[in-house]
Amino acid sequence: MKYGLQFRDVFAAWESILDGVWITLFLSACAMLGGLVIGVACAAGRVYGPPLIRRLVVAYVEIIRNTPLLVQLFLIFFGLPSFGVRLDGLTAAIIALVINLGAYTTEIVRAGLEAVPKAQIEAGHSLGLSGLQVFRYIVMYPSLKAMFPALASQFVLLMLATSVVSQISVEDLFHAASIVQSRTFRDFEVYTVIGVLYLGLAFAFRGLFAVIYRVAFVQR
Amino acid sequence: MIRSFGLIDVMYLVSAARWTVALTVTAFAGSALLGMVLAIMRILPFAPLRWLAATYIYVVQGTPLLVWLFLIFFGLPLIGISVNPWLAAAVAFSVYGSAFLGEIWRGALVSIAKTQWEAGASLGLSLAEQLRHIIVPQSIRIAVAPTVGFLVQLIKNTSLAATIGLVELTREGQLTAAGTYKPFAVYITVAVIYFLMCFPLTQWSRSLERRLDVAR
Repeated sequence: MKYGLQFRDVFAAWESILDGVWITLFLSACAMLGGLVIGVACAAGRVYGPPLIRRLVVAYVEIIRNTPLLVQLFLIFFGLPSFGVRLDGLTAAIIALVINLGAYTTEIVRAGLEAVPKAQIEAGHSLGLSGLQVFRYIVMYPSLKAMFPALASQFVLLMLATSVVSQISVEDLFHAASIVQSRTFRDFEVYTVIGVLYLGLAFAFRGLFAVIYRVAFVQR
Repeated sequence: MIRSFGLIDVMYLVSAARWTVALTVTAFAGSALLGMVLAIMRILPFAPLRWLAATYIYVVQGTPLLVWLFLIFFGLPLIGISVNPWLAAAVAFSVYGSAFLGEIWRGALVSIAKTQWEAGASLGLSLAEQLRHIIVPQSIRIAVAPTVGFLVQLIKNTSLAATIGLVELTREGQLTAAGTYKPFAVYITVAVIYFLMCFPLTQWSRSLERRLDVAR
């Protein structure tokens, strides 16, 4: 039996697919912002904090990096209601993604912080900069610059990984695909279209990060 | 009737983990085979092959693993191969993993100094012989640590096979959670089992990395 590919029904559902794209973009943006804040805070705690904080950050990073995102998501969405914490899918997804990305970001930023020579920090202090100023201009700025490519590729991976939130029925791009699939039975066509859209999003994010890098770190 | 979550369920989860291991091993073998081809294609002095491999890697790294799983799960029947979650998962993970391994191994290959290639050429070795006797043996040392790190990613990613109904650790967790109505206890157990599989590998990868740093 010969199968003819038909994309018409899939394209007819472009509105649901577009809604999915927005949710995926929204989730990615939230996770990236939250993950960056957590990553910088935890990395600072890991490098400059007291021993207890250091050990807590190490535990956080190791636990998250050695378990699957899908299981973390299930734990937050299905597990927390046992303790009376009932979250809707979108909130649970954002929390899980932020916690997950935060751990990866911590590792990346930590490596950047540790690469800053101690003498430079001392030089900053001897110029009369406050602790916060030293952290911002002498430690954070150059290490973020050095770490930017690694961060950018981690962020793109995260954007692609947001597709797992469809498993707790958050209506992201991948979820839109399953809806269209169950309506039209054009499985292969649907996932091809969705794959191309994700590829476009990844391309767009890579371009955006390249622009951010140029604006923030090159023209100064 | 709702069962309670007891030791027997933990045993079931642990024994389901062997399917996670089996899938990881299968996927790693497939990824390694394809990845090796890709890595070598990427460094050959023949541009179309390099572009082909680079495009493959760009496309695969720019799409979610879930999409590959579903594309292959629904796509294989179209070309007359019967749907079997195992086959679909093995193929999808090999496609996905090969892009990452190919890129890791390409990095290891190009990190070998150009003079090593030239030395081989001046000894009259062919391109294949230079690769086999000079470049690859040296780059393996560099590639081991990130490859082990990738293995951890692969173990975690096999959890996605649960979405096409393959009963590995995560799927068994879903089934147990539905049967016992104790999702928190079940998923914590699942997470602990993943952790016990991944953490030793993470530590190993790290110690390999440190050893390499000292050697330099």
